Amino acid sequence: MNEPDMETKTKIRWSEYNKEIANDKFFYLRSCIRQNFNPGAEKVFLSILQNKLGKEVYDDPHHTTCSGIGYHSDIVPFETFQTMVARQFSLMTERGYKNCAVSCITSFGGYNEVLSTWKEFPEELEKTRENLLKATGRTFEIPENLSHACDIIYKFRKEIAAQAPYRLINKETGEPLKIVDHIGCHYAKIFPEKGVGGSEYSRVLTGMIEAWGGEAVDYPERRHCCGFGFRHYLIKNNRSYSISASRKKFESMQPYQPDMILTNCPGCNMFLDRWQYALAQIEGKVYGGKNGIPVLSHEELAALVLGYDPWKDIGLQMHQMDVEPLLDKIGVEYDPKLKFTGVKGQYINEPEFTGCLARTD
Amino acid sequence: MGICQALHKQGSFMYSDLNQRLKADVRLEEGLQACMNCGICTAICPAAEFYEYDPRSIAITVQSGNHEKIAALLESDTIWYCGQCMSCKTRCPRNNCPGLIINVLRKLSQETGAFIKSRMGRQQYLIVKSIGANILQFGYCVHPTSLVPATHPEQGPVWRWVYENMHEVYAAVGANLDGDGPGAMRKISPTDLKELHQIFKVSGGLKLYQTIGHFSQLKAIELGLTDENGDADMEKYTQYLLNE
Repeated sequence: MNEPDMETKTKIRWSEYNKEIANDKFFYLRSCIRQNFNPGAEKVFLSILQNKLGKEVYDDPHHTTCSGIGYHSDIVPFETFQTMVARQFSLMTERGYKNCAVSCITSFGGYNEVLSTWKEFPEELEKTRENLLKATGRTFEIPENLSHACDIIYKFRKEIAAQAPYRLINKETGEPLKIVDHIGCHYAKIFPEKGVGGSEYSRVLTGMIEAWGGEAVDYPERRHCCGFGFRHYLIKNNRSYSISASRKKFESMQPYQPDMILTNCPGCNMFLDRWQYALAQIEGKVYGGKNGIPVLSHEELAALVLGYDPWKDIGLQMHQMDVEPLLDKIGVEYDPKLKFTGVKGQYINEPEFTGCLARTD
Repeated sequence: MGICQALHKQGSFMYSDLNQRLKADVRLEEGLQACMNCGICTAICPAAEFYEYDPRSIAITVQSGNHEKIAALLESDTIWYCGQCMSCKTRCPRNNCPGLIINVLRKLSQETGAFIKSRMGRQQYLIVKSIGANILQFGYCVHPTSLVPATHPEQGPVWRWVYENMHEVYAAVGANLDGDGPGAMRKISPTDLKELHQIFKVSGGLKLYQTIGHFSQLKAIELGLTDENGDADMEKYTQYLLNE
C-alpha cells in the first residue's frame, strides 16, 4: 500500500471520531452541580466565549434543571425527563437559537439519549410534544447542534492559546506540566460518536492540554468512572461505592505524579476533589501534590491560562484541594490574601483547613 | 384488607403481565437487542467490581422472558446495584445497554411495589425526599441549602465554609444565589416552577413520586413504624432506612 492511501485511511479513521461543534450563537444550559460547587466555572465560560472569542451566548433565566440526576436515580420517569428536555428546547426555540451549549455531562448524555429516542421512535417525540403542550402551552424545535461546553473550548483551544498570557509549563524547570484527564462517563460512553475522539480515545481534554503547552499523561484507569453512581452517592449508606471508584483512579494516576487533574464533568470535578480529602482523613494517604492534587475543569483551566483572577473570576477557593501549587508552577499572578474575601474584598473567615490534611506547621 | 394482603395483591398483579410491561418501554428495545452472553459488560462494570452484581445475567434473564426470574429480580437488591455509568454500552459487541435495561426494571419495580421488598430498593424513598423534593421546590436537583455539612461530612471543611457563609461566597464569585434574572443558582421564578410542576403532573413524574410514597407507607406500617393513630410514621421510616 502506498503512502497517500495510508494517509487517507488515517484521516477517514480520525473523522469517525470527530463531531460537529457549532461555531457561534449558543443557547446556554447550566448544570445543577456546577452551579452549586463551582459557579465561577460557568461565569468564566460565558466570559471567555463572549469577551475573548466574540461569540454570542444566551444565558436564559427561565431554564431549570433537566432532572437528569432524578432520571438516573430512577425517581423521574423517562416520559417526564423527555418533557423536561423538551421545555429547554422550547426556550431555545423561543429565543431564536439552534445551538445548545451544555454545561453538565449528565444533561449532555440525557439530551443525546432523548434526541436518539425521538429519531428511533417518532411516537415518543409526538407524545412529548403533546405532554409539553398540555402542561405549558409550549412547542419546540429540535436543536441543530448540541455541544458540551468542553467541545466548544476544545474547538477554540488554539484561539485561546493565542490569547493566553500563561502556558501549562513549569516556569522554574521549563518542563510541560503533567496533567491527567478524567472524562465524565455520559460524555461519550453512551454515544461515542457524540464525543471528540469517541469514548476509548477521548481527545477533548488532552487536545486542550497540548494546545496550552502541557503534557497529557495517560494512566491505566483513565476510563474508569469517578464513582458518582447517582443513587450510590445520594444515599449516605452507599457512598463507599463512590469513594472506592475514585480511590481506584487515584491509585492508578499516583505513579505519574500529575500536577493536576483535568475534568469535563461537574460531578466528577467535585468528587475527585472531595474524595481526596475524605480518603486522606480515612487512610491518611495523600495521592500527590503538596497536600492533594488540584482538580480543575476545562472552563477553569482555560480561564487560568487566559489570565482570569483565580478567586474573584474563577472561584477556585471553592475547591477543597489547594490550587496555589499549580498557580505557582505556571507563574499565575494572584493575591493569596484575597482567597477568602467577600464581595467588597473584606475578609470573611476561612475554612478550618484546605487540601487533604490539616497542616501541623 | 390487611397490609400484607394488599402487598400480596400488588405482587399477584405484577406477575400477570411482566414481560408485556417491560416491552412497553422503548428503552428495552434500545437496550436489549440480542445478548450473546459474552459477559464483557460484567468485565467492565464498576458495580460488578464492588457488589455481587452481574449485568450479563440480568440481560440474559430479561431476554429469557422467564416471569418468575424477572419477578425475583424486581424484588431483589440486584437491580439497584448499577451505578448508571453506562460503561456497558460502550463495550457491548451487540450494542446492548444493560444499564438501560436496569432503568426499565427499576421503573417496573417501583410501579408494582416490588422495590420495598429489598433494602436497596427501599432507599428510593430517600431519593424522592431529597432530589425529588429539590426539583419541585427549587427547580434544581441540588441546592446549597440541602447540602448540610453534618450529613455530608465527605464534603470537607471548604464546603462547610461555603455553607456557613453561603450568600457572601456565592456573591464573591459572581453567582446569583436566590436572585432574580440569570446567573448561577438564580431563583427559579414561580412561573417557571409552575411549568415544571405541570410537566411532572402531566407526564407521570408526580405519580411516580406518589407511588414510591404509597408503597413506602405500606412498608412502614408492616414494620410497625406508626403513629398513635396507626398511620405510617414516615419520619421513623426515614430513620429506619438511614440505619438499615
